[in-house]
Amino acid sequence: MTLRKYLVILSVVLFGSFGDAFLARGMQHSRSIDIHHLGNVFWALANPFVIIGIFSLFGFMASYMTALSFADLTYVLPATAISYVVMVLLSIFWLHEHVSPQRWAGVAFIVIGVGLVAGGPSRTEDLPAPSDCKNQVESA
Amino acid sequence: MRTFYTWACIFTTVFAAAAGDVLVALAMRRIGDLGAFRRRHGFFAVMARLLSSGVLFGGVFFMAVAFFSNLIGLSWADLSVVGPASAALTFVANALGAKFFLHENVDRRRWFATIFVCCGVLLLTRS
Repeated sequence: MTLRKYLVILSVVLFGSFGDAFLARGMQHSRSIDIHHLGNVFWALANPFVIIGIFSLFGFMASYMTALSFADLTYVLPATAISYVVMVLLSIFWLHEHVSPQRWAGVAFIVIGVGLVAGGPSRTEDLPAPSDCKNQVESA
Repeated sequence: MRTFYTWACIFTTVFAAAAGDVLVALAMRRIGDLGAFRRRHGFFAVMARLLSSGVLFGGVFFMAVAFFSNLIGLSWADLSVVGPASAALTFVANALGAKFFLHENVDRRRWFATIFVCCGVLLLTRS
């Protein structure tokens, strides 16, 4: 993994979590949307936070596709799950929400999961099987 | 009956989300490293390659199905049921899809990582 590839993974995390946070902030300040007031969706689209959130999610999709072009799905999904942790931090410091001990336990589990997958290779199907390596050593 | 509809929505969301992720991953794998492709052929060639990929559009279609199915599920049941169940099950379904359809080598380390993240998401979304 090169620095550029780590930056792509980081951009998936940041675009995803900031996009969700901007959308949440924008929807809090928009008119309520229900089955009788579906037209309020268009009012929400005029909110600057919603607009920034939508553009952030475009950035998320572009960086997510770039990440999948060089890494396995089972690497990208757990590695980018750190965005849940970023969301918790944003909800504390930006949205001023209370975070319970149970949520902190969830953050700890995600950090351990991300640490486990980040220590391994990003692409596995190109790796030779252990038996192939042994045969290559013997033939050399 | 309402419980049945709720779980039908959750399983539709999980299936569609996993299918979407697997198809997008398959499309991107066929195209290859986008950074290297852009350096060789330029930005517009990358866009043309992406827009001509039927598998990619299939993946985006399933992602849209997952989004709307999740919305319908939320209109029938509480967020505390639909959110954790669909998020956690999607992680496991993605790992299975990656193993059997993308033939990724999902070793013990990745299974443990998936299970840890799955438990973490359950704890975060249920609280």
